Amino acid sequence: MSEAVVVSGPLRGWRSIATWVGAVIVGLAVFCALFAGWLVPHDPFQQDLTKRLLTPFWMEGHNPAHLLGTDQLGRDYLSRLIWGARISILIGVTVTIVSAVIGIAMGVIGGYAGGKIDDMVLFAITTRLSIPVVLVALAVVGLMGSSLTLLVLTLGLLLWDRFAVVARSTTMQVRNLDFVAAAWCAGSSRFHILAREILPNIASHLVVVATLEIALAILLEAALSFLGLGVPPPLPSWGLMIAEAKEYMFFSPWVIVIPGVALFVLVLGINLLGDGLRDMFGTRTDP
Amino acid sequence: MSAALLEVENLRVEFGGRIAAVRGASVTVARGETHCLVGESGCGKSVTALAVMSLLARGARRSADRLAFDGIDLRDMGETAMSRLRGHRMAMIFQEPMTSLNPAYTVGSQMTEVLRRHKGATRAAATDRAAELLGRVGITAPGLRLGQFPHQLSGGLRQRVMIAMALMCDPELLVADEPTTALDVTVQAQILRLLATLQRDLGLGLLLITHDLGVVARVAHRVSVMYAGEVVESAPTAELFAAPRHPYTRGLLDCVPVPGKVARNAPLGSIPGVVPRIAPGFAGCAFRDRCGQVNASCAGIIPRRTVGAGHAMLCRLEPGWTGAGATP
Amino acid sequence: MLRFLLRRLIVAVLVAATVLTLAFVLTRLSGDLAISIAGPNATQQDVDAVRKAYGLDRPVVIQFFDWVGRALLGDFGESYFFKARVAALIGERMPVTVSLGLTGLVIALAISLPMGVLAAVRENTWADRAVQAVALLGQAMPSFWLGLILMITLGLHLGWLPISGTGSWEHYVMPGIVLAFSAVPALTRLTRAGMIQALGSDYIRTARAKGLSRASILLKHALRNAAIPVVAIAAVQLGFMLGGSIVIESVFALHGVGFLAWESIGKNDFPVVQAVVLVLAVIYVALTMFADILNAVLDPRLRGA
Repeated sequence: MSEAVVVSGPLRGWRSIATWVGAVIVGLAVFCALFAGWLVPHDPFQQDLTKRLLTPFWMEGHNPAHLLGTDQLGRDYLSRLIWGARISILIGVTVTIVSAVIGIAMGVIGGYAGGKIDDMVLFAITTRLSIPVVLVALAVVGLMGSSLTLLVLTLGLLLWDRFAVVARSTTMQVRNLDFVAAAWCAGSSRFHILAREILPNIASHLVVVATLEIALAILLEAALSFLGLGVPPPLPSWGLMIAEAKEYMFFSPWVIVIPGVALFVLVLGINLLGDGLRDMFGTRTDP
Repeated sequence: MSAALLEVENLRVEFGGRIAAVRGASVTVARGETHCLVGESGCGKSVTALAVMSLLARGARRSADRLAFDGIDLRDMGETAMSRLRGHRMAMIFQEPMTSLNPAYTVGSQMTEVLRRHKGATRAAATDRAAELLGRVGITAPGLRLGQFPHQLSGGLRQRVMIAMALMCDPELLVADEPTTALDVTVQAQILRLLATLQRDLGLGLLLITHDLGVVARVAHRVSVMYAGEVVESAPTAELFAAPRHPYTRGLLDCVPVPGKVARNAPLGSIPGVVPRIAPGFAGCAFRDRCGQVNASCAGIIPRRTVGAGHAMLCRLEPGWTGAGATP
Repeated sequence: MLRFLLRRLIVAVLVAATVLTLAFVLTRLSGDLAISIAGPNATQQDVDAVRKAYGLDRPVVIQFFDWVGRALLGDFGESYFFKARVAALIGERMPVTVSLGLTGLVIALAISLPMGVLAAVRENTWADRAVQAVALLGQAMPSFWLGLILMITLGLHLGWLPISGTGSWEHYVMPGIVLAFSAVPALTRLTRAGMIQALGSDYIRTARAKGLSRASILLKHALRNAAIPVVAIAAVQLGFMLGGSIVIESVFALHGVGFLAWESIGKNDFPVVQAVVLVLAVIYVALTMFADILNAVLDPRLRGA
């Protein structure tokens, strides 16, 4: 009795709880990102070498002014963490916008046109999958110098594959439905059909992909920054915070635990929210 | 006929407490007898067969006053003990030969594992037995077929393989759940003839599930008619066809064209309405909404009555009633 | 089947050719290579000398075909920094990366297959939910951070495993675990879905009707069919792992191809970078082809079709 029934509609039980947890985490992170300037208790860039590596609140000898302690240059860790949420969210969202534009355009055109054009789109997807993302992103940033814009463009140009795959397959399903034929018979232009008839009908699938991509982009940014070729210092990216604190991790493990947990929880929250959305829309995005 | 091989009394199967698929069915199969269970789709005949074999899906609840194979109570038997009986002394074949064989293994491998499991046979002995049985079910070049995969065989061939596989351990009871429904018409007749021959030659007790009354007339010793999870009439084949008692049975028989008996231009009968979905706690006759003889007492408790030698029915009507089986 | 393979091969060659071109373009993005190679303190004469020595004074098109022609013969030129043949450098480092990838894959399968089977057999119970939760956690885990945490816990506090380096097989365990984490969610979900589908199939009902033991039903009949897509995806995952090993190799200072690429990026050593990109891409393409073949071998329905 295990027929694969795709259930859409309101979520129940623990699925609903998980989705809410995800929504709260994401909401909190977005709030931090938007209002980081007002939320930070200290200037996240202000160094104070007399207050280096102060311990966080749960450890002995902590300083009440610095809840999460300070880093190796005496900068307030909580402030840098909040500022880091802004970097993560900013990069996650902008990278996803860039890759969504590329991937959706390719997928919809390939899925709608079929034939030779579709073959080309498929070939582009295959080629893209064979390129090692982290390595190429590192190489581009390494060769051209690190800046936020370059990082976003590079990751955006590399992460469109899942958008293209999902947009292509869903467009193929929608293309053959009656209302598309009706629009065609009514003399609508091709662009009109793609933009007004097809896109709204595959949007729910794409939203789910977008959540997955934001999470992926955030993880990749952190990894690149950790390797020293992502966000340029002194910007407080969580990955960069981990990299800068690495030397001290054996003596003060909390210096890498705090930004790592933040990163982990945010990505988990986005994934929980994405899973919830997928169940709610009744869509499947697995390849 | 010797002692009963399979005894089922007042069998009930519910799915998740919402659907009562079988509501007190009773079936007895004697040794060496072909017992046909007939009824429309959804009447619970397949579920009855699966319940007998303890193959119900998870979430199904089974209960019975008696459920015995060769005197062995099956009701509280554990899965391990049951698996020692299944495929060994009681075997089953299914409706869908296309999907009932494992696509990843050869015919030979799937056939021999039964004998190796239950009788501890060696690979060579099991292969010999499999080849012999393939020949027996009318497959030419058994040696070749043993090395083939299911997808290389036609539907008819696969069903023959299923039958041969079920016979590997010389079972006493064979449960066949609509074994010909998914096959081409010409193949259907061949498979049916094969089953009838094997049943006679091997002295099998055969519980044959079907919705085809033509099949019943040709092969059955005894027939039970199921409707909405109940056996509404049960009789020796000849008697049932000659003197059906239950309105539903009569309606069913009216739907079958019999050359020479039905006038050339007369319309075939049909039973109006559909089989109702029965929730637990339903009382009275389930057929009453479609029956031409309905009255107030049909909503009450309906007694099971013996109306002749080995002939029972579940209806308030007197055995000698006349009139149409269902509303015209 | 043969025609299918031939078509896959043609696509693979085209993909490799595209990546070859992209790898070349990639290194020209930064502007004048000669200036970067010569270093910040070089005079105009130094730069001119470098330009001539490395053939950078020729037209770009000539440079491109020169690099393509040599790359096809396995000659990726000479490393600016290591002063050695790039092919030799990569060949020297490749065993480390491949060992790491295989270790990761074995660990990933050893975790995912049992978890996926357990979740499918106990569908919709707490065990199923626990397995799905683990997959979700694995998906959200930043691999480099997990690596550091393992170094602190398993390496420093428990002292079970060496913290970094390439000395013995034990050096591969921790990086292998971290690398496996990236593949576990996908492999577990695929195993679970495949097993649920298999367990609901008619042939499993037949296997039960034959009175086979529970182990035989689960492992021989259900898992065999559920494993076909898993094995194929595992080969593709290995490709992703090799591509992603750059992060883990630099965390654990494992001197593999990824580490080589990372060092080379830092030192503007373009020939090495473009060669590593190309080699990893070709390996990935080869692995996906291998996955298709494996699929055909494991699934009798595709064999000889």
